[in-house]
Amino acid sequence: MTDHFPRTLFRTLALTLVIGAAAPFPAARAQSVSEGQRLAFDRGKGNCLTCHEIKGGDLPGTIGPVLRDIKSKYPDRNDLVAILTDETRRNPQTVMPPFGRNRILTEQEINAIVDFLQTL
Amino acid sequence: MALAAVALAALTLAAPAADTPDPVADAKAFRNFFVTKFPKVKLEDFVNGPYSMNEGMRRQWEEKEQFPPYEFSLDTGKEMFSRPFKNGKSYADCFPNQGIGVRQNYPYFDTNEGKVITLELALNKCREANGESALSYVRDDMAALTAYMAFTSRGKPFDIKIPDDPRALEAYQNGKRYFYTRRGQLNFSCATCHVQNPGERIRAEILAPALGILNAMPIYRSEWGGMGTISRRFTSCNSQIRGVPLEPQAEEYRDLEYYLSYVSNGLPISGPGSRP
Ligand code: HEC
Ligand code: HEC
Repeated sequence: MTDHFPRTLFRTLALTLVIGAAAPFPAARAQSVSEGQRLAFDRGKGNCLTCHEIKGGDLPGTIGPVLRDIKSKYPDRNDLVAILTDETRRNPQTVMPPFGRNRILTEQEINAIVDFLQTL
Repeated sequence: MALAAVALAALTLAAPAADTPDPVADAKAFRNFFVTKFPKVKLEDFVNGPYSMNEGMRRQWEEKEQFPPYEFSLDTGKEMFSRPFKNGKSYADCFPNQGIGVRQNYPYFDTNEGKVITLELALNKCREANGESALSYVRDDMAALTAYMAFTSRGKPFDIKIPDDPRALEAYQNGKRYFYTRRGQLNFSCATCHVQNPGERIRAEILAPALGILNAMPIYRSEWGGMGTISRRFTSCNSQIRGVPLEPQAEEYRDLEYYLSYVSNGLPISGPGSRP
């Protein structure tokens, strides 16, 4: 009776590790990518389509550049995190909102969007 | 301070120091900026907002102008304007030239009151002075009255004056500062959209240039399904950017209107307008 609870916990943990090992990144990454796309298109969140044409999105604006071939342009994901967090640091005149600095998006949300951007 | 946010070097050149305002040079630089950016657009065409920027939209609009959607409001405005108040007086008694063909002179700086008087404010002052209640600044009746007054001024160039009074210059400067200051969670100023990006699409809408941006007011907007005053447009642009709009006719909005009208001096009144 006394060791019942810890054993269950251990089994759950072991199971998680097995799943983790069998399907390492792809599952988690795929989920993050689709979450990132949702956040990017959501009008109350990224609302990136207001300014950018992005594959899969309707009624894009033309204020910012078309977002394509992002991975070849920005191989280092940290650059993308920086652009989303506060583009005014790179370009003080930019019209792109400082999503991280002004807490429009959390760090986790920004990371999901960056995963999505890297598929474009 | 946030005047560092003055969007473009082209516009700041003429006003090198914030403490020595030079409205004449400002207006010249402002006009030059747009004329240079859009060499194909005729000066008097900037008053047509998004239509001056986009051929396709312009054609649709020209067809629609055969039966303008603001006609109803114009008729209402004319009727309201001519109907006497309960005391027998009327709007005509409150305005120079009985209120006909004067839209281009508003807003003006009232040196007695020490503040900017817009046309919308003047109309409500007139009502209140004659024992009538004030109209809402964002609703149909105010839109109808200003539509009629604009119509009687069509083609007359904006002629906004800054009297020799330090308070007038200060009001102008405040309006200018408001226009270029970034605010709200999205960090936008009015200039972000209407100076940096006119002609661009923001989602499906084409952004109007700031030069001549008030000449067509009030406007019928299909998106609103009705008419909108300058007050309505200012507050809705502020809300769009997840900012908190000011009260209609707040001092900052009046000063903003003073600035924007002044830098459009010389461009013809074209109101009422219609927009998608
Ligand atoms: C209000 C307009 C606006 C919004 C909203 C906006 N951007 Fe931008 N973005 C721009 C502009 C303009 C640029 C061009 C670079 C600059 O201004 O510094 C840009 C640049 C970028 C770049 C660099 C592109 C390149 O080719 O170098 C990326 C990546 C980007 N934005 C992603 C996003 C994402 C993701 C979102 C939503 C979470 C977003 N943007 C929302 C205006 C916007
Ligand atoms: C995020 C973008 C954005 C910002 C910031 C913004 N506006 Fe607008 N504004 C629009 C859009 C979109 C429209 C409708 C399309 C058009 O006519 O430009 C519009 C229309 C207008 C119009 C009517 C123009 C016409 O010809 O129909 C006026 C006047 C105006 N804005 C003034 C302002 C002022 C003043 C501010 C600052 C307080 C401001 N805007 C800030 C997006 C913006």
